[in-house]
Amino acid sequence: MQRTHLGEFEEIVLLTVAILFGNAYGFAIKNEIEKRNRRKVSIGAMRTTLSRLEKKGFLTSELGEATRVRGGKRKRYFTVTPFGKKALEEIMENRQQLWQAIPKAAFNL
Amino acid sequence: MNSDEPRPAPPKKAVAFLRWFCREDFLEDVEGDLHEFFNNDVKFKGERRAKWLFTWQVLRLFRPGFIRPFNTNTHLNPNPMLKNHFKIAWRQLLKNKGYSIINIGGLAAGMAVAMSIGLWIHDELSFNKSHENYDRIAQVKQHYILPKPSGTSDWTPVPLGPELKQKFGNDFEYVVISSHTEDHIISKDNLSFSANGNYMQPDAPEMLTLKMLKGTRSGLTELNSIMLSQSLAKKLFDDQDPLHKIIKINLKHEVKVTGVYEDFPINSGFNQVAFIAPWDLYVATHEWWKEMFENWKHTFVQVFVQLQPHAEMDVVSDKIKNVVHDHREAHKNLRIETSLHPMSKWHLYAAFKDGKNTGGQIQFVWLFGIIGVFVLLLACINFINLSTAHAEGRVKEVGIRKATGSFRSQLIHQFFSESLLVVILAFIISINIVFITLPWFNEVANKQMTIPWASPLFWALCIGFTLLTGVLAGGYPALYLSSFQTVKALKGTYRSSRLAPVPRQILVVLQFTVSVTLIIGTITVYRQIQHTKDRPWGYNQNGLVYLKVNTPEIHEHFEVIRNKLITSGAILEMAESASAATTYAFNASEFEWPGKDPDFLESFTMNTISPEYGKTIGWQISEGRDFSREIVGDKNGMVINEAAKKMMGLENTVGEIIKWDGKNWTILGIVNDMMVESPYQSVKPSAYYLLDWPGGVVSLKLNPVKSTQDALEKIQAIFKEYAPGLPFDHKFADKQYAKKFNHEVRIGKLASVFTILAILISCLGLFGLASFMAKKRTKEFGIRKVVGASVFNLWKLMSKEFLMLVVLSSLIATPIAFYFLRNWLKDYQYRVGIPWWIFASATLGALIITLLTVSYQAIRAATANPVKSLRLE
Repeated sequence: MQRTHLGEFEEIVLLTVAILFGNAYGFAIKNEIEKRNRRKVSIGAMRTTLSRLEKKGFLTSELGEATRVRGGKRKRYFTVTPFGKKALEEIMENRQQLWQAIPKAAFNL
Repeated sequence: MNSDEPRPAPPKKAVAFLRWFCREDFLEDVEGDLHEFFNNDVKFKGERRAKWLFTWQVLRLFRPGFIRPFNTNTHLNPNPMLKNHFKIAWRQLLKNKGYSIINIGGLAAGMAVAMSIGLWIHDELSFNKSHENYDRIAQVKQHYILPKPSGTSDWTPVPLGPELKQKFGNDFEYVVISSHTEDHIISKDNLSFSANGNYMQPDAPEMLTLKMLKGTRSGLTELNSIMLSQSLAKKLFDDQDPLHKIIKINLKHEVKVTGVYEDFPINSGFNQVAFIAPWDLYVATHEWWKEMFENWKHTFVQVFVQLQPHAEMDVVSDKIKNVVHDHREAHKNLRIETSLHPMSKWHLYAAFKDGKNTGGQIQFVWLFGIIGVFVLLLACINFINLSTAHAEGRVKEVGIRKATGSFRSQLIHQFFSESLLVVILAFIISINIVFITLPWFNEVANKQMTIPWASPLFWALCIGFTLLTGVLAGGYPALYLSSFQTVKALKGTYRSSRLAPVPRQILVVLQFTVSVTLIIGTITVYRQIQHTKDRPWGYNQNGLVYLKVNTPEIHEHFEVIRNKLITSGAILEMAESASAATTYAFNASEFEWPGKDPDFLESFTMNTISPEYGKTIGWQISEGRDFSREIVGDKNGMVINEAAKKMMGLENTVGEIIKWDGKNWTILGIVNDMMVESPYQSVKPSAYYLLDWPGGVVSLKLNPVKSTQDALEKIQAIFKEYAPGLPFDHKFADKQYAKKFNHEVRIGKLASVFTILAILISCLGLFGLASFMAKKRTKEFGIRKVVGASVFNLWKLMSKEFLMLVVLSSLIATPIAFYFLRNWLKDYQYRVGIPWWIFASATLGALIITLLTVSYQAIRAATANPVKSLRLE
């Protein structure tokens, strides 16, 4: 199995991009994570994580439209690549295997 | 929301900051996001808070990963460029060989001088530090505050030791009485040597933290014991184990070796001490010592102390101030103080005046330190001067480099690597110079210095200094020349302003000020030494030999030996005395003579002699007569010198009866003033009387008819006959006398070396500068020549400029030198003046040197063919 390591925060960001399908850009991603995970996200950490994921090939990005709300700056939209999807699936499967391997008695103390 | 409504905008400064630092690929969308957050915040939290949050967010983005790379011309691989810089620098050096040699040589010489002086200062400061309790050991000094002139002495009365221990026991860990370091004969079977040693109390080895090679530090507890230094033990026992062996001191007292210690290092105050024997043995072998145990008047010993860890040196020193004074019968004109002289000040602060420590050798540490800094400064100034002058000739190069696409930063790098290369070369050369000249320097300075290869501090200083010079010297061309606009530099419209040479002129003046000051100083030091050497001794040192005699045999057979030697033709005369002619035996006071002011306290230098002494050393009796062996009454007679006669101020001095030491003395004769103390002091009143116990020193006047070698062999043979164990350790009076100048001669030598180097460095700088000027004015000279200027005109034109600067330097140097030299000479009672011609000749010397240096360049430029220089383009 190819070991593509995904950090916990990277996984969350990648999943959130998938959730926001078609509308995943900085502002939205940050809001979404904060809403769903009830945790503070710094712009800096998020932006560097996004570009790291892009460099690893889990994401692609393109520049979108500019709006006045953004002071005339364009949005950068992120999309999950098939490779990114595969990585997420692998993680999920891995987790499930782990769950199934837990003996019944373990949680019935 | 109505889009025409004016919207609140995020803080401009924060945006500008973001745009400044943020990396390009992030900037657009991040700025957009921040804007969106801002608008969001304005809606929910208010404009003020939104602005705060915006700024805060921007600041939080100022982190690695977001900050863009500022170095725009990032080299993927910087090494080839660096290699190229050094290659070009190397070519530059080879292209201008003369310039490079002057530049590197001058700087290397300056660095070498500074390094040598640095080593010397380091050595001076390291004195006595090998003793572990260095900061707690002190010697008790006795100051004679009144009568004037005041004096300070190491000699203290014997009961001072026990008194200190008893009264101030809480402050002192050890109080050790010690004899002075004196010559003694140490012998084993048929081997005998004279060796310096001290008799000390048993705590001494512990206090001095002797490094024991054999035995323990408690070796002085038994009465008949001795501790030997490693070198003396080696001399006596070679490779045998010396421990528990029996040896003899002064051929009389048998002692057992109880320890061998590592020799004291050369920079320890105890360096001369080759053996230590118990103090009690000293007392036991000299019966009359017992009387001294309660005597506060006579001073015979030194007292060393080690403070308790909690005690403060100054406080304790203050406490013991009156210890001796309290035991002296009150004499209203007598005032004696005692104080502690800490070990840390023994070497550098040995001088006292009125009981206050006034400095000493530290003066020379400062003096040489200043000279070192100045020489180094001169060398650096030259270096910077020449580099900048040379760099101005490279404006076109800068233009071309820029035109072909060189960044400014690359030019800066290049100039810096060039100057660094030169400085590093100079440093390597200088360290070699120091290494090669160190043995010679050690000899002149009487030291054992080594280059501290392993010391990180040494390397840090050297490398730090090298880099600093490199950066300073490279700074001007690197930062200034690289800033030229390409077009201007290529077109040649660059012209140095009218004021450009001013800093260079100031530097030349500074250099020559230092050089001229040093020339004046060196001349004066040498004149002072010569002046004092030429001072009449008052006796005849030619063929005068003396040796210390610690055994009574010679005294017992004095007349026989004398007759034998004279009849053999080896000597003309022989005498015994308490001290050699080059010094005196002791100081005495409390004389009484008719008409003496009872409050007047005088000080006589005394010597006790046999009747032949005067004839042996060749003194001149000006009134009365010399001692005679035939006249029995002469043992109550005294011969005094002119100075004493003058002080007493009697009408008929000869024949007067004076009182001293509870006895009446008749003045037999007046002898001329003789130099028995420092030749720099005026001669003190002296008195001589006959000895009635073994004198300790035998003086011999060799027969000039015989060769010295022959005579000495004869003397030795006869001495051996009567005193077999006595080492024949003879000394020539003139050589011993010359030793009194050692210190001044050493300083004179060092000062002259530094002066020569300073002048040399200044000249190198001047030479380089002149050649640069000549090159710059090639065309001007060509035109002048074409319109009719003679070679002499041109030579004058160029030399005048430099001569003016040197004259100016001399004018500045004169008062500086005068001030310092007057202060230096003040310490000598017998001294030379500082006549005006010294200043004139120093100035003249500097002018001649300058002319010689500049003329070479000037004449070369003036005789050049104008066709060639004008055609040159």
